[in-house]
Amino acid sequence: MAVLAAPGTQPIRRLSSQPRVEAFTGQMFALPALLLIVGLLIVPILVVIVLGFSDYQLGAIEWSWIGLGNYQRMLDDPVFWRSISNTFLYVAAVVPGSVLSALVVAILVNDRKHFKSVYQIIYFLPVTTTLIAMSVVWHFVLNPQLGPIAGVLRALGLPPVDLFGDPDLVLIALSLIGIWQLVGFNMVLFLAGLTAIPHDLYDAAAIDGADHPWDRFARVTWPMLGPTTVFVVVTTTITAFRVFDTVAVITRGGPIGRSEVMLYDIYLEGFQYFEIGYASALTVVFLVVVVVLAVLQAFFLDRKVHY
Amino acid sequence: MSALTTTRPSPGLLFRLGLMRPDLVIRSAVAHLVLIVGALFVLLPFVWMLLTSIRKPEAVFTAGFNPIPDEFHGVENYGHALSQSPLLQFMGNGVIVCAAILALQLIFSLPAAYALAKLSFRARPLIFALVLMGLTVPEQVTALPIYMGLASIDMLDTYFALMLPFSLSVFAIFLFRQFFKSFPDEIIQAARLDGFTEFEILIRIMVPSALPAIAAFAVFSITSHWNDLYWPLVVTTSPEHATPPLGMMIFRDQETGSNYGALMAGATIITAPLVIAFLIAQRQFVRGITMTGVK
Repeated sequence: MAVLAAPGTQPIRRLSSQPRVEAFTGQMFALPALLLIVGLLIVPILVVIVLGFSDYQLGAIEWSWIGLGNYQRMLDDPVFWRSISNTFLYVAAVVPGSVLSALVVAILVNDRKHFKSVYQIIYFLPVTTTLIAMSVVWHFVLNPQLGPIAGVLRALGLPPVDLFGDPDLVLIALSLIGIWQLVGFNMVLFLAGLTAIPHDLYDAAAIDGADHPWDRFARVTWPMLGPTTVFVVVTTTITAFRVFDTVAVITRGGPIGRSEVMLYDIYLEGFQYFEIGYASALTVVFLVVVVVLAVLQAFFLDRKVHY
Repeated sequence: MSALTTTRPSPGLLFRLGLMRPDLVIRSAVAHLVLIVGALFVLLPFVWMLLTSIRKPEAVFTAGFNPIPDEFHGVENYGHALSQSPLLQFMGNGVIVCAAILALQLIFSLPAAYALAKLSFRARPLIFALVLMGLTVPEQVTALPIYMGLASIDMLDTYFALMLPFSLSVFAIFLFRQFFKSFPDEIIQAARLDGFTEFEILIRIMVPSALPAIAAFAVFSITSHWNDLYWPLVVTTSPEHATPPLGMMIFRDQETGSNYGALMAGATIITAPLVIAFLIAQRQFVRGITMTGVK
């Protein structure tokens, strides 16, 4: 600071040249990131959109523009429709399942005087673990012959249930794993929302006679958690839409296509069959869904501070 | 309702008497019961993984009747997992890839974030708009063209390929920009007058001030890339460059027989680093991972 007081014109000169220096450094600092944004995001997205109008296959010498051909093909592609409906079913199960259970857990944990942090650690544990490894474990846990669930069923004299082998149950099984992984994450978001509720509101409600936990929930907690809930729902929806790992590790789309999901379809077409054109068109559809969800999320972006 | 309240003691008194009221005791017991049942569901795969990893192979088939292993067979199972499959190499790959990705992300995003937060230049609104747009794009969207680009320069199945799409994180730029934005302008101005160059301001003032945000981002970045399957599955063809999730799949496919003990030992080894790190630094983890709520 002593430099400030020093006489001379230097500081003034520096100040007057400041806007130019600032503009120059600003550009230089942002340039590498900008180049990467262009190279790794903008150009690839444009390429995907353009390739979606072609019948290009990796390594093919001859290929042509086919206009909306790929999108036409989608309409007649049973795998595409299955993957769309399975993805939506999965989302429809995982979002309410993980949001409601997280809400219950968060409220119960928040009111506890003992073991509060123990519960928090346990419920958050699946969020940090490698889902691939835990998928292998779940596959084993739910194994109709060897798993502990099968053991319990047998002890009760019930027939074994092959959750991943039964076309009607496979999505339920995958959803269970999805819920298992997301509960802790959503719990943390709800806990943040709960701590932000002023305690006076509960006191005021109690004076009005709302003393029963259900009254407290209906009159204070739930209305005050509204914004958090909307945010959690949108975030969970985006995550659930991107289901891939459990499918790739456990079911590979089976049995009889009942666990095919959007990303797994794109992965197979693009990187197993090398149908680049068709996979690009599928990617565009996926991108549109994600962007719509992201716009919804941006709509609630002012609720984003959770810590 | 109001007639009732007049006959009741004040809420504060109710609260103090809480522990003695039988209905509140029951309420608390029910709450604990619900939480414990949920916790058992959450812990089930972890417990079963650990129990199986120390079980004798023959005992796996009757484990349903006899959950707790009679004999400790952990040494053999873990030894088998480590010797039959290059698990340690997969984890080493994971460390290399995650560390390099994090370093690149910080190197590229911190200067850009400072420029977007505190320096005014013409392209700034445009770049910020691109960053916001980039936040919505999942890795799977750009995977195909980047894969083709890497194939055309014969760089598939390399560390470079594993890192490339993640070398820039628009999320990091966004996060640090928000953080820098609240940094007082007066201090930056004073530093300029003291003769600091913009680069020195960035390195000696802004970056140290952002250490909490950097730590939170590091947790987020490391957990997402340690656990990522999609991109490694796409670009890696040989086990030499496999990251832990891919290694787990390779290992699982090798163990087509019935060596569940070794398989669960392998899963334990791969899961352990992040779980241990989480137990040590819970607060940082929760903060870092739930930051994705912003994403």
